[in-house]
Formats: sequence, structure tokens, C-alpha cells
Amino acid sequence: MQVPASFEYQRAQSVEEALELLGRFGEEARVLAGGHSLLPMMKLRLAGPEVLVDINDLTELDHIDETGGELRVGALTRHRTLLESPLVGRHFPIIHDAERVIADPPVRNRGTIGGSLCQADPSEDLSAVCAALHAVAVIRGADGERGVAMADFHRGPYETAVGAGEMLTEVRFPVRPGSGSAYEKLERKAGDWAVAAAGVALCLEDGRMTHVGVGLAAVGAGGLHAEAVQELLEGREPSPELFEEAGRVASASCSPVTDSRGPADYKRHLAGELTKRALRRAVARAAAPAAAVKEG
Amino acid sequence: MRITVNVNGEDHTREVEARHLLVRFLRDDLELTGTHWGCDTSNCGTCVVLMDGEPVKSCTVLAAMAEGHETRTVEGLADGDRLDPVQQGFIEEHGLQCGFCTPGMMLSGRALLDRNPDPSEDEVREAISGQLCRCTGYLNIVKAIRWAAAHESAGREEAGSQA
Ligand SMILES: Cc1cc2nc3c(=O)[nH]c(=O)nc-3n(C[C@H](O)[C@H](O)[C@H](O)COP(=O)(O)OP(=O)(O)OC[C@H]3O[C@@H](n4cnc5c(N)ncnc54)[C@H](O)[C@@H]3O)c2cc1C
Ligand code: FES
Ligand code: FES
Repeated sequence: MQVPASFEYQRAQSVEEALELLGRFGEEARVLAGGHSLLPMMKLRLAGPEVLVDINDLTELDHIDETGGELRVGALTRHRTLLESPLVGRHFPIIHDAERVIADPPVRNRGTIGGSLCQADPSEDLSAVCAALHAVAVIRGADGERGVAMADFHRGPYETAVGAGEMLTEVRFPVRPGSGSAYEKLERKAGDWAVAAAGVALCLEDGRMTHVGVGLAAVGAGGLHAEAVQELLEGREPSPELFEEAGRVASASCSPVTDSRGPADYKRHLAGELTKRALRRAVARAAAPAAAVKEG
Repeated sequence: MRITVNVNGEDHTREVEARHLLVRFLRDDLELTGTHWGCDTSNCGTCVVLMDGEPVKSCTVLAAMAEGHETRTVEGLADGDRLDPVQQGFIEEHGLQCGFCTPGMMLSGRALLDRNPDPSEDEVREAISGQLCRCTGYLNIVKAIRWAAAHESAGREEAGSQA
């Protein structure tokens, strides 16, 4: 039987109270959201916080709103809520592509976007998705709030910009006209973590790709933000040759490791192939948003 | 710590450790052993119970987190001697062999039908995709849940025509 080591449980009733508790206990405390990464890690003694601050009662962090050219998603929004939101699907089909293949329904009932991003596992699908969408993470602490671009949010495997005494409260996605996005993931079986996955988001302006974002999952922490691929594509017209080149750059720029899900060279190949597929679909969706809505 | 958890409509108050998992609370403290426990790693889904009507893996929920919510286990499916249509469906369609996965499967089936009274085969398969069955090959589980759907919709029509 696996049981976490002992800890003190605190159930916060407001964001202010959660921050007060996190501030008081500092490095010893961790936020408990869905618990579907944290509790398994605690069972395995890979994490041993002394205090858990349960934020599940903070319904103010469970919301999806469109304001000021942004979609604002509260940190406690569950995978399932994202998957079932027509607003999310309309603006960001990439999120629905990913959510359909993240874990399974009972896990999606608990796991949250905030937990996914803060876990900062290089295999986390929503990390690659948020990287591709150039999302901004809103981090709150005792001294107020700051917005951190995704590229600066993930500091490395299991490391984020969220400091002791702080928490992630919201994720903001820029809503742009003419946008298209897609996620392609290869998994060994239904509900599994990716062998490799690629997300692409872009806009088409006068036939050229702009605001290009590419995020890779499960091919090393460096792949999460595939900047070299983004730079290659930005401002260019889509073409099959360019997509081939983008695939080659994606393969070259990631650093997968061999594990039970497959050998490194296979994953490297996948990173290229899945980038090409996601790119084709993202461009098609940007070109024909109405068709994309029907498809999605 | 002292917690009060509502299970199958009844409040239960116990002194527990913060690290106590919901599956252990149900099985050991309340002796509701219908909730099974397998992998302990949130993969097999045999520990599925409903929290506020939605399936969750109870090996990955703290008992303390269930406070303030309604938990439903397989023991809460039948209404006295009257089986839930999902349970009846498992009998009619031979939806179980060893029975290890069955409580969780039935609860996911119940939750699905409560949201979607007429699910397609694919929708049933998706709903139970986080739960493993090593015996049946799933076919009869899918049939059992669809049996319940058909049975419930016939029941509704009958009630409608009587009204
Ligand atoms: C069987 C299984 C299969 C899975 N498959 C996939 C998959 O295919 N793809 C995938 O992407 N994920 C998968 N996951 C992970 C799942 O998406 C988790 O739910 C998610 O990683 C963590 O979300 P959570 O809300 O449960 O976070 P928790 O476990 O509660 O927290 C994770 C970490 O983030 C911190 N944290 C949480 N919220 C905040 C916040 N607001 N501010 C600051 N810190 C915070 C916690 O302190 C902890 O360190 C799987 C999980 C399981 C159990
Ligand atoms: S015992 Fe909970 S998922 Fe296996
Ligand atoms: S009936 Fe044996 S595991 Fe499903």
C-alpha cells in the first residue's frame, strides 16, 4: 500500500488565505490542486512537503472568461471544463485536441491547468499547448500580481517561475483574428502520456504566418519552446517544402531520452513528423475557421 | 484531524490522518469494501467512486478533500432491493467475470447515463477508458451500460405515456 508521508493539511477559503498560508510555511508548503501529479509523487517519496494548502474550494480560480482580447482561464479550471468549453474550442482548437488525449475521464475530472503547468513535467501536454499559444501565467504573491510569459515560466524540468509564498492564479491566452492551431500526440495506449507530441499555433495575415508558436512535449525540457522552428516560420508563406524544413528543425532542436515509451531516435523522428502534421492542420484551420469549427 | 464525509447520503465523522486516502477511508473506516483497490497509482481505475456525481479515482483523493462533497460508492447504487438499471444491465449482458473492475465500471456507467441518457458505443468506451478490465474484453461492459440506457429510456417513455 502506498501512502504519502505525514503532512499538515490546510484548506484555504480564499486566495488571500492560501497566500498567507504559503507565505507562512514557505518552502515547506505546496499547493494542492487536483492532486493527480502531487499525490502520486508523495506516495513515491519524490515529493515530501510538510504542509499542503488545498485550493479546491477557491471557485474564483475556476473560470473561463473572454475580456480585452484575451481568454482568461483560472488556475483551478479542470481538464474536463476546458474540454467541454465551446469558447475554448472556438478560439483554440489546439486545447481541445490535447484535452481529448490527456489521461482519462476520471483524471480529467480532477487535474487542473494550474497543476499541469506548475508540475512542469516536460511530458505535460498543456505545457506544450500553452507554449505554442504564447500564454501568459499570472502569478500572485503577498506583494501583488505579475504576468510571466510561458517561455520564462518554465525554468527547467519540474521548475517554474512560481516562488515560495506565491501561486499561479490565471493563464491568459491572446485571442487573435485569423488564428489556427492544432495538437498532435502519439500515445502507446488510450490515456497514456505522450511518446512525443507537438503543438502549433499561428495566424494567417495576407497569406503569411505570424505569431507562430511551436511547443513539443516529451522530448526534453528544451523542446517545450521550439524557438528555432518558430523563427523559421515567422512571416513566411506556408508551403510543403517549408513544412518539411520545420520538421527537420524540430527534430534537430529537441533532446529526447530513451525510456519505456521508446528510443530517443524514434522520438526525435516523431517530433519532426508531428510538428509537420500539426502545422498543416493549424494552417488549414486558420485558412478555413468555419470548417475547423465543424471538424472540432 | 476530524472530518465529516457524506457517503451515499449519510454523514460519517471520523478522526483521520491528513494523508489518509479516500479509498482507505471507505474500505477501512466505513467498511464499504465494494470500492476496490488495485494499482494504487491512479492507473487501473478500480477505485473509481463518484464525487458530486462525477467519477474520480479514490486512491488519488485525500479523505479530507472529500469533506463538503457527496461521495457515492457501489453500495449506494441500488435503491433498497431494487437494483440500479446499470447493475441490472451487468447481469443481463454478462458484464463481469471476476468482478474486480465492476464497481468502478458501474459507477462510471451511472455517471455517463446521468449526463447522456443515450450514449453511443464510442461514448461508453470513452467514459470507461480510464478503467482496466482484465477479463471481459470490455464488449459486455459496453453492452451492459447500453442495456441500462435502453431500459431507462423505455421506462421514461412508459412514465410519459401514463401521464
Ligand atoms: C493516470 C494519469 C495519467 C495522466 N496522463 C496525462 C497525460 O496524458 N498528459 C498530461 O499532460 N498529463 C497527464 N496526467 C497529469 C494530469 O494532467 C495532472 O492532473 C496534472 O499534471 C496536474 O494537475 P493537478 O491539478 O492534479 O495538480 P497537483 O497534482 O495538485 O499539483 C501539481 C504541482 O503543481 C503545484 N500547483 C498546482 N496548482 C498550483 C497553483 N495554482 N499555483 C502554484 N502551484 C500549483 C503543486 O504544488 C504541485 O507541485 C496524468 C495523470 C495521471 C494520474
Ligand atoms: S487503485 Fe486507484 S486507480 Fe488503481
Ligand atoms: S471482470 Fe475481472 S477485471 Fe473486469
